[in-house]
Amino acid sequence: MENLIALLVAAPLLGAAVLLCGGRRLDAVGHWLGTALAAASFVIGVVLFADMAGKDAEHREIGQHLFSWIPVEGFQADVAFQLDQLSMTFVLLITGVGSLIHVYSIGYMEHDERRRRFFGYLNLFLAAMLLLVLADNYLLLYVGWEGVGLASYLLIGFWQHKPSAATAAKKAFLVNRVGDMGLSIAIMLMFTTFGTFAFGPVLESTGETSEGMLTAIGLMLLLAACGKSAQVPLQSWLGDAMEGPTPVSALIHAATMVTAGVYLIVRSGEIFNAAPDAQLAVTVVGAVTLLFGAIVGCAKDDIKKALAGSTMSQIGYMILAAGLGPIGYVFAIMHLVTHGFFKAGLFLGAGSVMHGMNDEVDMRKYGGLRKYMPVTFVTFGLGYLAIIGFPGLSGFFSKDKIIEAAFAKGGTEGWILGGVALLGAAITAFYMTRVMLMTFFGEERWQPAPDPDKAPSVEPGIEVHPGEMPHPHESPKVMTIPMIVLAVGSVFGGAFFSIGDRFIHWLEPVTDHAHGHPPISALAVTMSTVAVMVIGVGLAWLQYGRRPVPVVAPRGSLLTRAARRDLLQDDFNHVVLVRGGEHLTRSLVYVDHTLVDGVVNGTAATMGGLSGRLRRIQNGYARSYAVSMFGGAAILIAATLLMRAV
Amino acid sequence: MSASAVHSLWTTAATDPIDKIGAPDIEYGQLSPTLIVIGAAIIGILIEAFVPRKIRYYAQVFVSVVALAAAFAAVVALAAGGYGTTKAGIAAMGAIAVDGPALFLQGTILLAGILGVFTFAERRLDPAAHGNKVDSFAAQAASVPGSDSEKAAVKAGFATTEVFPLLLFAIGGMLIFPAANDLLTLFIALEVFSLPLYLLCAVARRKRLMSQEAAVKYFLLGAFASAFTLFGIALLYGYAGSVSYATIAQVVDGTVAEITPALAGTMGNDALLLIGTAMVVMGLLFKVGAVPFHMWTPDVYQGAPTPVTGFMAAATKVAAFGALLRLLYVVLPGLRWDWRPVMWAVAIVTMLGGAIVAITQTDIKRLLAYSSIAHAGFILAGVIATSPDGVSSVLFYLGAYSFVTIGAFAVVTLVRDAGGEATHLSKWAGLGRRSPLVAAVFAVFLLAFAGIPLTSGFAGKFAVFKAAAEGGAGAIVVVGVISSAIAAFFYIRVIVLMFFSEPRPEGPTVAVPSPLTMTAIGVGVVVTLVLGVAPQYFLDLAGQAGTFVR
Repeated sequence: MENLIALLVAAPLLGAAVLLCGGRRLDAVGHWLGTALAAASFVIGVVLFADMAGKDAEHREIGQHLFSWIPVEGFQADVAFQLDQLSMTFVLLITGVGSLIHVYSIGYMEHDERRRRFFGYLNLFLAAMLLLVLADNYLLLYVGWEGVGLASYLLIGFWQHKPSAATAAKKAFLVNRVGDMGLSIAIMLMFTTFGTFAFGPVLESTGETSEGMLTAIGLMLLLAACGKSAQVPLQSWLGDAMEGPTPVSALIHAATMVTAGVYLIVRSGEIFNAAPDAQLAVTVVGAVTLLFGAIVGCAKDDIKKALAGSTMSQIGYMILAAGLGPIGYVFAIMHLVTHGFFKAGLFLGAGSVMHGMNDEVDMRKYGGLRKYMPVTFVTFGLGYLAIIGFPGLSGFFSKDKIIEAAFAKGGTEGWILGGVALLGAAITAFYMTRVMLMTFFGEERWQPAPDPDKAPSVEPGIEVHPGEMPHPHESPKVMTIPMIVLAVGSVFGGAFFSIGDRFIHWLEPVTDHAHGHPPISALAVTMSTVAVMVIGVGLAWLQYGRRPVPVVAPRGSLLTRAARRDLLQDDFNHVVLVRGGEHLTRSLVYVDHTLVDGVVNGTAATMGGLSGRLRRIQNGYARSYAVSMFGGAAILIAATLLMRAV
Repeated sequence: MSASAVHSLWTTAATDPIDKIGAPDIEYGQLSPTLIVIGAAIIGILIEAFVPRKIRYYAQVFVSVVALAAAFAAVVALAAGGYGTTKAGIAAMGAIAVDGPALFLQGTILLAGILGVFTFAERRLDPAAHGNKVDSFAAQAASVPGSDSEKAAVKAGFATTEVFPLLLFAIGGMLIFPAANDLLTLFIALEVFSLPLYLLCAVARRKRLMSQEAAVKYFLLGAFASAFTLFGIALLYGYAGSVSYATIAQVVDGTVAEITPALAGTMGNDALLLIGTAMVVMGLLFKVGAVPFHMWTPDVYQGAPTPVTGFMAAATKVAAFGALLRLLYVVLPGLRWDWRPVMWAVAIVTMLGGAIVAITQTDIKRLLAYSSIAHAGFILAGVIATSPDGVSSVLFYLGAYSFVTIGAFAVVTLVRDAGGEATHLSKWAGLGRRSPLVAAVFAVFLLAFAGIPLTSGFAGKFAVFKAAAEGGAGAIVVVGVISSAIAAFFYIRVIVLMFFSEPRPEGPTVAVPSPLTMTAIGVGVVVTLVLGVAPQYFLDLAGQAGTFVR
């Protein structure tokens, strides 16, 4: 069984290599090949899961040592895999959702002439993501970490002819670099502290290490997680990343890659458990982001950007849970999995809507689509109910547990965190209801298609005639079937995991689990969660369901305007980082020009002047040369004698 | 004084037994390299006298190359026979040492000599005059430049083929110089190799007035330096009562066996020792071109025919450093606390002086002259180490340096315009565009001079500085590295000039040389790169050859 682990990674990697190197002759079959290899990886994952489920909880972890990567004395870097329950969960999520999105992409990218390349990148992403979650040491994890960053960059900028897509890809890459730097520093700190970066030895020896060092490592890991998972303060790239094709947004920027930060923190749980300050920082980041993303999600008219804000907010929940320690780890991962289902489903639904609406993304130009796209409406609707935490659906179980755990943190912190989580649940209900109402209900506010020359944001290959009204229609089966499968997961996943504490028992051997004791009863928490959800839905209905939605966005309040600009994140970054960076480089250039160059040029000028003066001694007269020799000899003799005298 | 006493000054009583001077023991085998070369030089003189003019050139080149090759073979045979290590000893009644450093340096000098003969024999660079191929040397050195007699000599196709025996004599002296084991032999060897070089400097075909001026300066200053050396030798004799290295060393160490009665009054007088040492050392520093005894170098390097400059810059330095090493390591190790600080100072001013003044030079030959001064400083840093590593690093450096130098000057002979060699730097602008190969080869030599890794210059400099640092001369190493940085400026400036400047419209052309010069340049490049990429074998060789016999 161990030997199958490498195949998990190898299958999509092979697909990426073949598809990216194979050239145009694979254009006809490329998408089938890519999908088949993703599915093969899923099948291997299921086989491994079946094997693992058949063993005792204590003996489920298996590993595979592939080869020694950098075998140097005192520095052992191995390519070795570790498959335990945590990795297994991710493997099934990644390959399962990944395969569904591959299938969906066959339809979605049908008219794109670079479809083969698209599938190559998707396979590359799968391979890198699997490497990330299967690595048995931080260095190999870092390889996967950078690999998914690369795939994300390539896929965000897949329509590179659009300047906005190219810019968004670059932005994602640059912001992620900041986080990656955190991870590399964390790995270096681990190596200097523990002498290794393998999970086992590092996590086992946290007890013998100073808390200060663990806090430093933890904060660096948190920085890495912030970058990859779009958490405040490195959240700015996720909204722009929606420039990528919608399947990419669903797979990478909703279901899998952006959750890598949660994986990293849960995987490094031992470090955070021993560093309470770092843990507190994690909860703060999670709490801030869950509000930040939710507020941004309320103001966006672009359906994908509204969903991106929601993703940010939901990952904020996961990070918050991961920061709570053993009372939260399991629920962080559980929410991650259920979120993987319903958010991927929501994005695929959004893609389906765009598909039927000439690639229009502005929800103010939707309306009343439920009649025209029934499958999309139902699957999207189930995803909607799941995310707002409608009792009985996935999100209800996982989010409610996180809110409970937040209260269980105890003390003032517990009240604050729990309150924030509850508030977030209300806002979630509000903005998701807004999306739902603006898209599928109300009057039809459709607009004629824009002139593609003036608005080059239209996805290529899709026939759009300027001035033509959209003809909303249901998407083909190849697209709707994945949506249906994901909807099933959105509905039943949470219940399946929670009944009998299945998920807790499953993950407990890896992440530890402690039952939290909230200051108020669990029932009260659940009741409040449902109550705030109802309030959020109601407010949204008052604003968007009862009144017609204006096609042109009203000016809005100060907060709305700020939220439309992503709560001024880019302005902040521009003023603080870009301007600051410019000032820094300018001052450095100034120092370089004046001080460094001054010293260098001054030295050179001094040498040149000295040289010019000295060469005058060489006047061409033998008599002067003889005098110099005589003087030299005299000095030589005098000095030799003087040495003796001293 | 009575009449009979006076008489007895120039007569001896017939009854007195005659004190016969015994026939000296000469180890011909061990001295064979020198003897072959000097013998070939004498044959060369005979060729000048008896062989018809037309084939003299060929005969001279043949004899020179064969003799130098045979001498080199003899050196190799001696080294293989263990004379460099286990069987090292003193030959010729104590006059000549046959040991590792001597054989290593003799081998280097002979190889430099062979390449020197190749560049001397080059006859394709200048256009033929009156149907006769011409080399770098005057048709008739004795005629006044530009005079009728010179024109007649050119027309008649005369050639100064005497340069070959002169070269062989110089090489003969150089072979003895680093092996000399007493002060008189040292002095004679000095004169034997200096006098032919003075002459060779004077016989340039073009710019002969400059050439003659250089020769006169070199001669005058050389004589001046020799006088110091000779006076120093006298003082050392006064101190020790002997000119033999071994005896002087014993007196310095205080382990001398017997005292000559006639010299009892002065023997062991440290003032004589110190002043004498300083003066002898000064003579050697003059030959290596160390500041402040370097003033002849730029003028002579510039004025002498370029093949002579190349040979002289390489071989003289090897021979003179060999002699300096032997003097300091064999005769004066007991005195090192006196000479080391002084040599420190000399090394520092030599490195800095050479490097700094080179910055403003505009003539490529003068530039290389100052570069050779700076290199003398670097080698001195190794000499000062006073350790076996110091010796072997100097040996390696000298070997590496001589090939770079001969190759570099050989390239200088190729770049020509109407007035002969175009040595002004401005004329080298854009050479890399016109003649990429020649410019690239010259760039390799310049990088080696600058001590850039993967060239022999780096390996040599590293070895020397390492020895110096281990010998406790850290300050010298710091100054050495700073000087190297300064020196890198003007080496790289030439490279920039060659490759990144626009060529001048009426710039020089690059002559296509005969296989002789090509061989000299090619060997120079190959040795430079081999010693740079894989120096270990040669470092080991120098390490094995690093022990002086006493």
